[in-house]
Amino acid sequence: MPHLYWKNVRKMMKTSTCTIENSKITIDGNLIFESENLSFPDFAKEAYKHLELSYPKFHKMDNLSKLAFLASEMILKDEDHSRTALVFANRSSSLDTDHKYQESINSQDSYFPSPAVFVYTLPNICVGEISIKHKMQTENAFFVLDQFDEKFLNDYSEQILSSGKADKVLCGWVELYQENYKAFVYLLTL
Amino acid sequence: MMKEIYITGYNCVTPLGFNVEANWNSLLKGKSGVALHQIIENSTGNPEDQNEGAFYASMIDSEQLNKTFSSSFENQDFTRLEKMLLLSMKPLAEQYEFTEETAFILSTTKGNISLLKNQTELPEGVYLSVLAKKIADFFGCKTRPVVVSNACVSGVMAIAVAKNLIQAGKYKNAFVIAGDEISEFVISGFNSFQAIGSEPCKPYDINRNGINIGEAAAAVYITAEPTGNEKFRFKVLGDSAINDANHISGPSRTGDGLYASIRNAMTEAGLSPEHIGFISAHGTATLYNDEMEAIAFNRMNLQHIPLNSMKGFYGHCLGASGLLESIISMESARHSILIPSKNFEETGVSQPLNIIKETQPATIRYILKTASGFGGCNAALVLEKC
Repeated sequence: MPHLYWKNVRKMMKTSTCTIENSKITIDGNLIFESENLSFPDFAKEAYKHLELSYPKFHKMDNLSKLAFLASEMILKDEDHSRTALVFANRSSSLDTDHKYQESINSQDSYFPSPAVFVYTLPNICVGEISIKHKMQTENAFFVLDQFDEKFLNDYSEQILSSGKADKVLCGWVELYQENYKAFVYLLTL
Repeated sequence: MMKEIYITGYNCVTPLGFNVEANWNSLLKGKSGVALHQIIENSTGNPEDQNEGAFYASMIDSEQLNKTFSSSFENQDFTRLEKMLLLSMKPLAEQYEFTEETAFILSTTKGNISLLKNQTELPEGVYLSVLAKKIADFFGCKTRPVVVSNACVSGVMAIAVAKNLIQAGKYKNAFVIAGDEISEFVISGFNSFQAIGSEPCKPYDINRNGINIGEAAAAVYITAEPTGNEKFRFKVLGDSAINDANHISGPSRTGDGLYASIRNAMTEAGLSPEHIGFISAHGTATLYNDEMEAIAFNRMNLQHIPLNSMKGFYGHCLGASGLLESIISMESARHSILIPSKNFEETGVSQPLNIIKETQPATIRYILKTASGFGGCNAALVLEKC
């Protein structure tokens, strides 16, 4: 049963939801995958195998991109998303990778800045990864907020939909810093 | 019918001046903020590589910043970036009020990233939302701040976000503020990509060889309810931010995302190419970015429209660049003067562009502002001088 989101007279519909936290992936409340006592990178690897995602670029992504990618895959599937916008947000921006990159330049004795790490020191890269996978040349936005604010994401998405710039919006809260992570990704239509 | 959205005030803090007037006068004189600075302390530890950490960059003089800040603010307990942001916000905060329906939008890519150096635990100040709240609280903001962090298109997008949030009905007006500072973090990263130029950057030129990083802060006031007493007014007519869906660090070869962003923004504005009076482009001076832009502008049939990149004056100020460059393009329209694309001599892109070579008079009604960045993001904005 889809959830309804009301505002003024227009109604937006949330058609499916994916949650990833505590080593569990659920879709619309149904458990899809679970693994125990794994670090996030190992959990992500196991989930990738279990879900039979054949996309080698996944292994090059940073943890935030892996989290956003896995949750989005569950919802976007193989459907046409040429008019689906992406509106994502989190609290810790790209600080997980920022911290790793900073460690590579802290000391003169081990000064090894890597472009492959540096490119992920921006939170919107995860949105770029999803866009590439699904060839989505569509509206993109990434916000950093002090806490999850579904109403904010929905208000912004509704404006994109009502201006005719997209037919659907994939919304997501994708928070990750080291072993603390949570993804809550959902699809909105008018 | 969507609400009409107006920009009625702005300010900026850059190496060329700590207010708009000082910046405009420096630009008319052709002054650039770009100079050679030692940014990375002898990164290899090898005395023979003494010059390795020196880069051309557009940097604010810290002594001057501290002096100006201490004469304007009582509390001095702020980072360098926070001082830049507070100084850029001050005149707008004095002129306009924060109400329950005033949004506060910060555009930044790296915020206080310098605080991360040699830390094992994350300092609170590196969180972008903490930075935004600190600035917002200082001025008595009553709503929860929003941070736009979309790489190098953030500054352009922040204006679009304000427009969209006001049109969505949640707010009546917005303060949009943008800032990024030069850091070892950012310079070493762009350097690892071999994207930094070995001389002052030359956007669109045949001899261009990379970017100069810059730093700045900028602030804009946006409202759906102008009083009519403002010194000037620009209507935000259209916006779009489309992803290339091609590569996370390389510009698209076809310019798809930028082309679609411009097309959407112009469609929303109800304009055709001949209406556009001036393009404030991104022009970073990397080989591939500038080429991609030339392709996108030609696909949109905008190759005859006068165009500049401000990077030769300010370098690439990351999350601040789009907002700063929008402000300068509005100043161009107000003064009816086009500013040249500094350091451009001979075209080095495969498609024709009308790059401004000299300061010249022009009547400008419609401005197109564009930007592109990592993650395949692009943004376009159409402004009308009212």
